Amino acid sequence: MQLLTGWGRTAATRATVQRPASAAEVVDAVTKSDGPLIARGLGRSYNDAAQIAGGTVLDLTGLDAVEQLAPDTGRVTAGAGLSIDRLLRYVLPHGWFVPVTPGTRQVTLGGALAGDVHGKNHHVDGSMADHVTHADLVLPDGSMRRVAPGSVPKKGSDLFWETAGGMGLTGILTSVGLQLVPVSSSQVLVDTDRAHNLEHLLSLLGEDDPENPYSVAWIDLVSRGAQMGRGVVTRGRHATRDDLPIDQRSSALAFNPRTLLATPPLFPSGLLNRVTVRAFNEAWYRKAPERRRDELQTITAFFHPLDGVAGWNRVYGPRGFLQYQLAVPDDGVQAIVDTVELISGSGTASFLAVLKRFGPGNPGWLSFPIEGWTLALDLPNVAGLAPLLDQLDELVLSVGGRVNLTKDARVDPARMREMYPRLQDFISLRETLDPSGRLASDLARRLHI
Amino acid sequence: MIDATGRPERVLLLGGTSEIGLAIVARLLEGRPGEVVLTGRDAHGLARAAGLLASSGHDVTTHVLDATKVADHGPVLDDVLADPVDVVVLAVGQLGDQASMLDDPVAAARLLEVNLVGAGSLAIRIAGRLRSQGYGHLIVLSSVAAERPRSSNHIYGASKAGLDALSRGLSEDLHGSGAGATVLRPGFVHTRMTAGLSPAPFATTPEAVAQIAAEAVRTRRAVAYAPGVLRWVMLVLRLLPRPLFRRLPA
Repeated sequence: MQLLTGWGRTAATRATVQRPASAAEVVDAVTKSDGPLIARGLGRSYNDAAQIAGGTVLDLTGLDAVEQLAPDTGRVTAGAGLSIDRLLRYVLPHGWFVPVTPGTRQVTLGGALAGDVHGKNHHVDGSMADHVTHADLVLPDGSMRRVAPGSVPKKGSDLFWETAGGMGLTGILTSVGLQLVPVSSSQVLVDTDRAHNLEHLLSLLGEDDPENPYSVAWIDLVSRGAQMGRGVVTRGRHATRDDLPIDQRSSALAFNPRTLLATPPLFPSGLLNRVTVRAFNEAWYRKAPERRRDELQTITAFFHPLDGVAGWNRVYGPRGFLQYQLAVPDDGVQAIVDTVELISGSGTASFLAVLKRFGPGNPGWLSFPIEGWTLALDLPNVAGLAPLLDQLDELVLSVGGRVNLTKDARVDPARMREMYPRLQDFISLRETLDPSGRLASDLARRLHI
Repeated sequence: MIDATGRPERVLLLGGTSEIGLAIVARLLEGRPGEVVLTGRDAHGLARAAGLLASSGHDVTTHVLDATKVADHGPVLDDVLADPVDVVVLAVGQLGDQASMLDDPVAAARLLEVNLVGAGSLAIRIAGRLRSQGYGHLIVLSSVAAERPRSSNHIYGASKAGLDALSRGLSEDLHGSGAGATVLRPGFVHTRMTAGLSPAPFATTPEAVAQIAAEAVRTRRAVAYAPGVLRWVMLVLRLLPRPLFRRLPA
């Protein structure tokens, strides 16, 4: 028995944890279990998606083999429990990179597909499921199924687009096939621009920039008045071998990131308050150049800066934190402005806030991205947060937006149905696919999925 | 489930006509319709309370349950707890009239039966259930009177002291289980139970107590005072030499 939470360290519940070492052992666990089960990877989902109170959690990190890599085409098949970190260490020396990476490499391929995660290139390249070639799934009845995005089902549903973003509730993923992208170095060329206010920030991010597939903005959500919504926009593209200084070209694909720091286990939670966050934001904003072009950065520095600090989620103290990520269509950009205003004006200090463009969504039934804008806020779990976030939900819904299921830890179940039009279909699918409710998570129970 | 901000959706109130208990339920489910189960002795009182909660949009069921009939608890609660429950509020209790109870030891025993024996048995049963659920929170209504006996109410104080000690023990037992328990110690609260009594210093309202209870669910606090300042007041009172303590106004 083990106490489990997501990365936000909220709503801990206890479950039996099993660690299968093969797909056959997963089948065994599913058929023999008398209570509900859910899969868990590295626990990076912020919420209660990978835990089930009183049930069984299948820790899939034992299924971590690279089963197949075609070095000429960049097609890889690996165990669903393999992390992007280990995958990169394996494929980068061969000149391949993952098509999508979230802000941490410490996610498993299974989790990345079940949450249909996105990265800084969503507006150009879409989300994880858009690059998955196939996946193996143990269904609730214990049978194995291979699903793929393009395959035409003989009868009923193929389950691929139900599984993409399906939060592990269609079956237990055991293996994932992925199309990698070619790179000739392990570094990134980065352009940085400082934005003096929100309007400036939105216009910089909204610019057409075909050269840079990666773009994101950090927002200062403490500043008010004329500086409200100021931030730093970074855009990047993979550096070619020739972009590197001559002495680095012979090891252009070197990749050996290390953890630099560890958060002490008892971090005083009072350190994150409006005053310290304001000071940090000021320093962060001033540190960024007004305008800089073609700066070489490592993959870690550009894509996964927080991976350098082990256990950074502990800085929020024992109550943990929530990440609120919203997406709104282009014509709903006012909701972004209103959210920034609301948070900047409230006493709750958001330590980390990130804004970026989304390209068109994919057919994933519960996939989060929709074309437009997305804003992600890390918020300490303080008293009074619930009504503030309820207010944000209303704002988001009023413009046809939604919050990210992989991060949500408190949305009203009825509102979630409005945000995801196919959620009701998903629930009906679960009734036929899993009539005895063999798969369940705290998230599924909380949202009545 | 209880969400990350400490908001439950299915709440059980034992002592279903308690004003403080009902205020806690209302506060916990504020702004979002939830499911409420009320148990108590008085069917009419339960129906009235249920009507009030239903008018706020909650789905309410009631069960008649006498705290002192401990053998009946099992069948009724097995039924109620067939589905997981998120928060249980244990508000079974009576104040009693200290002066008459001193002349009527049988009445004193009855008070102990309700406040300590009955409520204690319920607390043990609920804690066991929450443990097997792997999550959930129990709020036990104790009292600052549990902390140091005073001549004005030490029979009530003794009953609450017993329940308080038991519940703190259960709270320790639950540590690491995913579930938790809060012993809530209000001071003087303006309710039907205290009507006609002259309010003690730091008197508060059921709504203010409910606010503190809801916060205790979010933070999984083991002991909470209402109002919070009583933590420090009681610390001083516990340490006060007896001759001084005796001189305090009743």
